[in-house]
Amino acid sequence: MTDHIETDVVIIGAGPVGLFAVFELGLLDIKCHLIDILPKAGGQCAELYPEKPIYDIPGFPMVTGQGLVDNLMAQIEPFHPTFHFNEMVESIETLGTPEAPLFRVRTAENGTTFTCKSVIIAAGGGSFQPKKPPIDNIEAYEGTGVFYAVRKMEMFRDKKVLIVGGGDSALDWTVNLQPIARRLTLLHRRDAFRAAPHTVEKMRALVAAGEMDLHLGQVSALKGEPPVLEGAVIRKDDGSEFTVDCDVMLPFFGLTMKLGPIAEWGLNLHENLIPVDTEKFETNVPGIFAIGDINTYPGKLKLILSGFHEGALAAQKVHRYVYPEKKLLFQYTTSSTSLQKKLGVAA
Amino acid sequence: MGVIHVTDRNGQRHTLEALEGWRVMEIIRDWGLPIEGLCGGACECATCHVFVDDKWLDKLHPPTEEEENQLDTVVSWPNSRLSCQIIWTPELDGLEVTLAPTGN
Repeated sequence: MTDHIETDVVIIGAGPVGLFAVFELGLLDIKCHLIDILPKAGGQCAELYPEKPIYDIPGFPMVTGQGLVDNLMAQIEPFHPTFHFNEMVESIETLGTPEAPLFRVRTAENGTTFTCKSVIIAAGGGSFQPKKPPIDNIEAYEGTGVFYAVRKMEMFRDKKVLIVGGGDSALDWTVNLQPIARRLTLLHRRDAFRAAPHTVEKMRALVAAGEMDLHLGQVSALKGEPPVLEGAVIRKDDGSEFTVDCDVMLPFFGLTMKLGPIAEWGLNLHENLIPVDTEKFETNVPGIFAIGDINTYPGKLKLILSGFHEGALAAQKVHRYVYPEKKLLFQYTTSSTSLQKKLGVAA
Repeated sequence: MGVIHVTDRNGQRHTLEALEGWRVMEIIRDWGLPIEGLCGGACECATCHVFVDDKWLDKLHPPTEEEENQLDTVVSWPNSRLSCQIIWTPELDGLEVTLAPTGN
C-alpha cells in the first residue's frame, strides 16, 4: 500500500538548512513535509560531526553539530512539520504550469507520493549512501556477492562471509553473522577497532576460539566469474598477498554523499550543484527551489548561515505560489502579534 | 612560498603553488583538482584521502587517532593520509602526493 499526501511544500533534506526553512515557511502559514534518507534529522551536522564545535552560527559563540540540530528542532516545533525518514525522493513530476506550479514527488523506498505547490531541495551534498571501496569490478558482484547492508540475515546462512571494516557495523555484523555463516572472516586495515568495546571483545574471543578469522590488510582484487564471488585477494601492509575464499563480501566503510536521482529531475546542473537566482533561490523549474550547500550562484559560500538566508528568501516566493491571492505583509517576530500567535508565544 | 606536486587519478602530475598555513586539501581544491573534501576539513569524511610519496612520509606529523579512525573508512595503505590533516609549511616545499581512487 502506498500513501498519498497533499501539502504546500515538500522539503528534500532535513539538515540545518531544510529545518530552518520550515520556520520561515511556517511564519507565512505554509505547511511542509520533510523527506530525508537518514533515520534522523540534522543531515551532515548530525551524521558527520555531531560532537564537533561550530563557531560561525550567528548568536552562538560555539555550538556542536548536534546542539545546532536540537535547537533548530525546538525552534520549528510550533509548526509541527512531518518528517519522512529513511526515504529518498526518486522523482518529481511537474503537473502544474509555471504560473501555478504543482508537483508530484515520489519516494523510492515506500513509494509515498506527495502533491505540493513547491519543492525546496535542501539536500546538501546529496543523499548519504554506503561508501563503495574502489576495488576493480566490484559493481559486477553487487547484489550477488557484494552487499553494503544486511537486510535479511538468512541470506548469509552457510555462506563463507568476508566482512571488511573496523567500526560498529562491521563488528556488529561479525558477531551476529558468525553463528550462521559457514565461515566468517573479518578484515581490517589495523589491529584497532572503533566499535563498542564489548563487541570487539566478543570478536576477539571468537578468533581465540578458532571460530572465525581475523586478518589485517585490504582487499586488492575480487575473484570469481561475475556475478559469482569466489574469493578476495588480501594485500597486507608489507605488500604480500593471499586469498580468502568467500561467497559474499560485506564492506562497511561508512557513509558518503552522492547526488543520486537529483540529476534526473530536469534541473540545470553545474558540477553537481543546482544553479539558482539570488532573489528567490529558484531553479530553472518555477516552483522548485534549491537552498544550502546543493545550490550555486556567483559568490556562493557553503556556510550554514547562507542556507538560512536562502531559505528565508525562497519562502517569500513560495508564498506567492501557495497563496496567489494574498498580499504578503513583512513582519518581525519581535513585534507582530500574529507571528507570535503562530509561534505560540503571544501574550 | 613553495609548491606541492599532485598526481591526479589519470596519472597526470600537477605542480601547485602552496600557501603557508593552508591544508593540503585546500590547496588541491583551490587549484581545481577533483578532491571532494565533503566535511570541509573537519576530519570526518575521508574524501580528501591521498597517498604520500614514501620519501615524504616521515616528514609529516604522524596521524592522530581521529585521522586513523577516518582512514579506517577508505581502502588505505601504509602511505595513506587525509590531506585536510596536513598543514602546509615551507618544510613541505616539494611535497609529493597522489589522489586516492574513489568508489563509484
